[in-house]
Amino acid sequence: MTVMFYIALALLSLAIVCFLYRVVKGPTVADRVIALDAIGICLAGIVAVLSIVLETSVFLEIILLIGILAFLGTAAFAKFLQKGVVIERDGNH
Amino acid sequence: MNELILRTVTAVVTFIIILFGIQLFFAGHYYPGGGFIAGLVTAGAIILLLLAFDIKTVRSMIPISYRTLIGIGLLFALGTGLGGLVFDVPFLTHAHGHVMLPLLGDVSLHTAVLFDLGVYFVVVGVTMTIIETIGEEE
Repeated sequence: MTVMFYIALALLSLAIVCFLYRVVKGPTVADRVIALDAIGICLAGIVAVLSIVLETSVFLEIILLIGILAFLGTAAFAKFLQKGVVIERDGNH
Repeated sequence: MNELILRTVTAVVTFIIILFGIQLFFAGHYYPGGGFIAGLVTAGAIILLLLAFDIKTVRSMIPISYRTLIGIGLLFALGTGLGGLVFDVPFLTHAHGHVMLPLLGDVSLHTAVLFDLGVYFVVVGVTMTIIETIGEEE
């Protein structure tokens, strides 16, 4: 049974390597942003499988934390791509 | 520009992130957590507000000067350290004990929570000062 978890960990790591290729090579900025978001999701999956392997529940908060940080990063990048500015000084212009 | 989806999501998600920060703050004594990362998570919630709205709106939502927050946090930390001197024990000595509270039952209370509250205020203040200084257009 544990072998399956190790296979899952290896596959998730392989997926992260593939996403890293897209981050480095990616023709446009949007490709890189989506690849970074997917890396965050894969990290959450790795933490989940790792907490099953180690039979502990203290890692589960990290999944929520990674989810929040990945969401913030993606939202910031999306706003930068659309508007060219991340934090606006005044919303009336 | 239409930002309806981002603003609607922000109105809900900000409170979830702040609640998660408070949970991390109180978990810090026995489990992973504490004042430092609770402050960072709370700063993340305020950054999400800054993304969805703008600096002027967020300042009217949260009418606190972040530089004052740094000073309040440092005063909390200093006051916790000096509190030990009042009871004739070394600087930064902490006290703890079990208290029976109504509804909650046996609760373990520790003065290190006050020190952690100071750390929390300082981290929120410093992070938001840095982010606002970087984010402002020249």
